[in-house]
Amino acid sequence: MPERAFETVTMEKIAVGIKVNGKSYSHQVEPRMLLVEFLREACDLTGTHVGCDTTYCGACTVLMNGLAVKSCTMFAVQADGSEITTVEGLEKDGKLHPIQKAFGDAYGLQCGYCTPGLMLSAHQLLSENPEPSEKEIRKAIAGNTCRCTGYMNIFKAIQLAGRNMTGA
Amino acid sequence: MLGQLGEAAKFLAGGQSLIPLLKLRFASPEHLVDLNFISGTSFIKEASGSLRLGAMTRHAEIEHSALARKIPLLHDCAAGIADVQVRNRGTIGGSLAEADPSGDWATALIALDTTVHCLGTAGARTIPLKDFVKDAYTTALAHDELVTEVEVKIPAQGSGGAYLAFKRSAPVYPTASAAVQLTLAGDVCQDAAIALGCVGLTAVRATEAETALRGRILNDTTIDAAAEGARAAADPQPDMRGSAEYKRQLVVALVGRAIRIAARRARGEEMEGAHLYA
Repeated sequence: MPERAFETVTMEKIAVGIKVNGKSYSHQVEPRMLLVEFLREACDLTGTHVGCDTTYCGACTVLMNGLAVKSCTMFAVQADGSEITTVEGLEKDGKLHPIQKAFGDAYGLQCGYCTPGLMLSAHQLLSENPEPSEKEIRKAIAGNTCRCTGYMNIFKAIQLAGRNMTGA
Repeated sequence: MLGQLGEAAKFLAGGQSLIPLLKLRFASPEHLVDLNFISGTSFIKEASGSLRLGAMTRHAEIEHSALARKIPLLHDCAAGIADVQVRNRGTIGGSLAEADPSGDWATALIALDTTVHCLGTAGARTIPLKDFVKDAYTTALAHDELVTEVEVKIPAQGSGGAYLAFKRSAPVYPTASAAVQLTLAGDVCQDAAIALGCVGLTAVRATEAETALRGRILNDTTIDAAAEGARAAADPQPDMRGSAEYKRQLVVALVGRAIRIAARRARGEEMEGAHLYA
């Protein structure tokens, strides 16, 4: 019999209620459950991705009360009572959000793994500044790593989204 | 509450350093006490010549605060920490209490007159920042004590400062960082505070560099000599971010650049500070 490498720890579960994309979710979860695990496993919203799991890549970015956060670097219990927006919440009534549409139109994605996080970082930026310069976009998405596009089309997509959202 | 839970418990502030450490099993406290649900711990206010920042004030709140711009060095630091997502969560009190040798706040704040307000089961006390950080990941806090407020004296007119950190990319810790606060009378440097980060177990003051500036006329020769003097305070470890010699050279360059920005700000020029990426 091989020795067991890890002790199995059972933790007392805690009730957590989070409003995700306008819908309330209540689950009993271990206090160590990360927010991204709550979204993917408890809510079955798998659009939020886990990339590095070390607070680097930003693939897990969601909005908490309108602000971009890395959902791998928060516990689900910490989001109790808050409002979370994931990529699934961008589309309304079967119509893509202008940010989603612009990422398609400007070829701002290739493999798509980083895209949900990038679109939510772009969402915070555009809600504060609808006409960002390239420098401002660079700063706003510095916490989102993309390994395919080279970023230039992402800058163009975010600027296009800003223009489409203001109707300019 | 932490008094009851004992030493196996740890406070959780913004979590942007602690949660990654927990995942790596570098820390494994039995209990975490989340400070995020305590109201009234996030604020920036001015009182009797100082800025007072609540311990749970997020980096992003400091970055966007008009009041915090009264001390440009503070704004530089807040606006350049990691990335937007981390700045939305991470807190000034958490950064100081974590005392990561590569953290930004301790380096920025020891170049200023900073006092840490603490509260524990034994009561409240204030600790000058230079006595607060003891060693890497070690502060003067007792296990049942926390930071409530960070008090920073607003430098006088004719004083200017800057904080610069050099990073390979936004989300990573800096390779090295430098904070400079100068007080000028005309072209003469009356006083200088110069601090270095990531090149020792704690942030350090570069006293040789400070001495090289005090009482001198600021010009390229004296600034370059002071920057070169900062080398003596750096005791960096070689790692994936660079060799020890590379980091010493980087410190010289950062201090020289920060002195030049600080001097222009001391003369009243508005200058945007920027963290530098590789």
